[in-house]
Amino acid sequence: MHRSSEVKHVASYLNTRGCECFGQPCESHCPVLTDRTIHVQLKTFIKIRVKPDRTGVVTDGVKHSMNPFCEIAVEEAIKLKEKKLVKEVVAVSCGPQQVQETIRTALAMGADRGIHVEVSGKDYETLGPLQVSKIFAALAKKEQADLIILGKQAIDDDCNQTGQMTAALLDWPQGTFASEMTLEADKLKVVREVDGGLETIKIKLPAVVTADLRLNTPRYATLPNIMKAKKKKIANVKPADLGVDVCSRLEVLKVDEPPQRQAGVKVETVDDLVGKLKEAGRV
Amino acid sequence: MSEIEVLLAEVELLFLGREYPKGADYSRDRLRAAFAKNKDVHDPEKIKELISRGEFVVKELEALYYLRKYRALKKRYYETE
Repeated sequence: MHRSSEVKHVASYLNTRGCECFGQPCESHCPVLTDRTIHVQLKTFIKIRVKPDRTGVVTDGVKHSMNPFCEIAVEEAIKLKEKKLVKEVVAVSCGPQQVQETIRTALAMGADRGIHVEVSGKDYETLGPLQVSKIFAALAKKEQADLIILGKQAIDDDCNQTGQMTAALLDWPQGTFASEMTLEADKLKVVREVDGGLETIKIKLPAVVTADLRLNTPRYATLPNIMKAKKKKIANVKPADLGVDVCSRLEVLKVDEPPQRQAGVKVETVDDLVGKLKEAGRV
Repeated sequence: MSEIEVLLAEVELLFLGREYPKGADYSRDRLRAAFAKNKDVHDPEKIKELISRGEFVVKELEALYYLRKYRALKKRYYETE
């Protein structure tokens, strides 16, 4: 087994912005949201509703959990640690008190310690990839991380920007949409899933990698591991301590629900169908 | 000794059952019924057997949840042919 003495840290950064309404019928289809607010028992059917003032989505009472792509990222980091290629896995998340739950899940999966960057209230509502990547860049320098792994995008905002921005701020190489990654001495071989197929690149450490769906199968945090994880430390940091300004340069103008499905029209013959299509200007 | 193991198995299944698609209540009730049914089993061999069956169910549930998540993500983010 090849040992790398260079890689000291693998910082696995978590995004808590994921909603687990998988498989539950959501009347207005929404691959979105969550983040912040009270941790409530997941109801069988969760309807995501747009807030009355249309500035966002109702997040009160919606269960928040780790972004699925970030789960894959954490799993990859822990795999590296199990292969003894890295010394320590640090799980980081930005947000209010509730994100500690997500960090605990990462610790239960096998991370060594956690860092909770406290962002709450108005700041949290406007927290976006730019601010998060600034925080990560500052933390990476502070912790002297050699590798940052995160999910390719958050399923609530679908930005797909944090990884790339972090790499740019640190001036590190990046391996995004990774479906496979191998550590070879001080270089990282990454197989990326791109539109045309697969691209294999070799990048030097320190680097940023974003995890795609097929990178691995994340393990489940079993109860005994959750218990053990309670002993692991989670450090508390504020963005100001890292010298980061979390002020947002974006303003959400409007959030709308997807259009309601129109009722279908039944036709008797093919001629009728063609007639109707012509009427609608589609033919 | 085996009492503790049984208890741990039950709690683990309880936690896992919370995300069951048919609802946390459904899985909790089924779990309670299953454990109550075998309450009077004292033979250590049989107990071991039942515990290993519980572990099997744990693995099945984990696989179920993983597949559900994977399929949801695949459907949402990747083009299906």
